[in-house]
Amino acid sequence: MTGFTTDRLGWRPWLAPLTEEELTDAHHEALVDRARATSPYFLLLARDPGILHARTKTDQDIFYNPDGGLPRAERELAATATSRHNGCVFCASVHARFAGHHSKRPGDVRRLLDEGVSARQDDRWRAVIDAAVALADTPSRLGPEHIAALRAAGLDDLAISDAVHAGAFFGWANRLMLSLGEPTLEDR
Amino acid sequence: MITDVIDHLAGIAPGSSLDRLRDRRPDAREHAQRSYDVLFTPDDEGEVTLVERDAVAAFVTGLHQDLTVARFYADRLAELSPGLLKAVEYEVEAGRATGPYGVYAGVLAAESEEGPRYRASDPAALGVRLAAAFEHAHLLVFRPREAGRDALAALRRAGWSETGIVTLSQLVAFLSFQVRVITGLRLLNQEGVTA
Repeated sequence: MTGFTTDRLGWRPWLAPLTEEELTDAHHEALVDRARATSPYFLLLARDPGILHARTKTDQDIFYNPDGGLPRAERELAATATSRHNGCVFCASVHARFAGHHSKRPGDVRRLLDEGVSARQDDRWRAVIDAAVALADTPSRLGPEHIAALRAAGLDDLAISDAVHAGAFFGWANRLMLSLGEPTLEDR
Repeated sequence: MITDVIDHLAGIAPGSSLDRLRDRRPDAREHAQRSYDVLFTPDDEGEVTLVERDAVAAFVTGLHQDLTVARFYADRLAELSPGLLKAVEYEVEAGRATGPYGVYAGVLAAESEEGPRYRASDPAALGVRLAAAFEHAHLLVFRPREAGRDALAALRRAGWSETGIVTLSQLVAFLSFQVRVITGLRLLNQEGVTA
């Protein structure tokens, strides 16, 4: 078990993924993105192709849709904060790299991983991280005060909705990554 | 007939500003709903029965303590298996906690946070498979960082196949997403969209 890191990690499943030879057209459709057909994580999820397909399409629109709203860097920041809080070392490593790259603030992202979700950040990142962490708690603690802080930091409704979706989505992703396998030090 | 569960449970009316806001992310909107459809009204039950799906959903959303969402899934279960609902409500009471918590191994050990480890209170009322599913669901909801191979082995011993475990895991994880999107959108909806 490694600590939180921005290094590239591998991920080893605890259940047997499908093999590439077992993939039918329906499985390929479920994977959506061809590159995902080499990932043990997605090959394991391909055991239930219906939900994998819907999940992948949801994921891609939440993080990649360029039509306004929250900048990609801060969608990734919400994903990273959620993963840090839930304890998903693998998800945090991937999305910390994205957040650092798109924001050009890898040092601030690194501090989130090293010191945790309460580490010092500027007001806007503080608001995004606090909202993501409150939403990640069970039961959720997200309240009007978090929405007000996001608004005060300059987020409009679509951006707030994006922050909610990015954080919520990692409530989904973290639970799969943490429970179906484990991170490994070597990149696969 | 509910066509969009998130809209229904967040109180988003057709044509409202939040309805238009959701349309800005059309794939996310459509596929959040399709996720619900394929998990709860699949063409083929596969390795997880419809009753098991609804029972796990009633348990998981009960643990999240969002009364509107929990009621929705409890009603679904009551329709399919009225006898089971009481047992599920009993387990929700027994399983209440505040998360995420959990013990870390290795270099993160200093961040460990101990918390309850739920075991089904009345496994006889649930049956072997469902009791194991509830214990796994509780692990995923509250202390996912403690998940390990032994948890999957416990499911296998209770009769869960590898594919069944994937479906069960997706179901619990998806509900973790859905209930949070509803929470966030409901907050936006209540205060009135300004932009």
